[in-house]
Amino acid sequence: MDKSAEDARPWIEAAKPTHPSLIDSQHIVADLYNMVNVPTVVWIDEGGSIARPNDVAFGQDTFKAITGIDSAKHMAALRAWVRGDAPSMDSDTVRSLQAPLTDHDQEARAEFGLANWLFERGRLDGAVRHFERGGELAPHDFMIRRGSMPMRGIDPMGPEFAKMLTEWEAAGNAYYRQLPE
Amino acid sequence: MKAERTFTILDEGRVVEVSTAIEGDRVLLETADLERALSWELKPEGFCKGSTCIPIPDDDTVISDGVVDLTKFAKLIDRPLAVDTAERAAYLGTSAGSRTEFLAGLQAPDFTLPDLDGKTHSLSDYRGQKVLLVAYASW
Repeated sequence: MDKSAEDARPWIEAAKPTHPSLIDSQHIVADLYNMVNVPTVVWIDEGGSIARPNDVAFGQDTFKAITGIDSAKHMAALRAWVRGDAPSMDSDTVRSLQAPLTDHDQEARAEFGLANWLFERGRLDGAVRHFERGGELAPHDFMIRRGSMPMRGIDPMGPEFAKMLTEWEAAGNAYYRQLPE
Repeated sequence: MKAERTFTILDEGRVVEVSTAIEGDRVLLETADLERALSWELKPEGFCKGSTCIPIPDDDTVISDGVVDLTKFAKLIDRPLAVDTAERAAYLGTSAGSRTEFLAGLQAPDFTLPDLDGKTHSLSDYRGQKVLLVAYASW
């Protein structure tokens, strides 16, 4: 979900993954799957069905001290599913765990789409205006609020993000929306 | 209607150019342009696309003298619209209802995206295998 292949390149090249790493600067997958942050993981079965809906999971514990999220449980469940040792969840459960979508969520995504198009054409004032509007419409959508920081010339690891996170959590919200146990 | 320069409509990312008149914050286009750009045709039953027809409300704000107000039209067809009259561009997105309905069907939406070398990959390439889809970023 980087704004360009060049932003993602150093990370992908350092990781040398054996799986495909795709560049989604338009947030096409985020929109299709109603993803509001990274990392978001989805399990998809052999028939192309969603076996486990959007969750937050890390492959390692590199950031555990910051995120509070332990990687072991999801990894164990994932391995068991992949090996065929355990099923995922029934379809009614999958459906019940999909986050609801509101008109504001989709308006925010339209703002992001417009902002991105303007950004790619160097029309930065207009881009910023619409990135900001998207964030106002969907304050829980960090794909938009944090994801647009690089386009707005803001460090997504810096003080503006820290302030956003503090305010968000102080209001009683979780930054990472994990599925219930 | 006196049209000015071109206006860009991004229809879920697909780029179409139309001629519009802009009056304040209103983006106005002719029905012929609407049909060409977005495939919605004005018929006696209302605005129609494929087998769907939506009657025009009586209050005359969506269409007047053959000229369509883009913002009001988007509301009529229940699609979110982001507009920038100064930039002469708008993005017409996907409705919450439509997205919710698709996801509730539990078919993982297909997509095609490039890797670092520009080679494209589709989710449907992996039909027959389990897939872990991970969204990540440098931010």
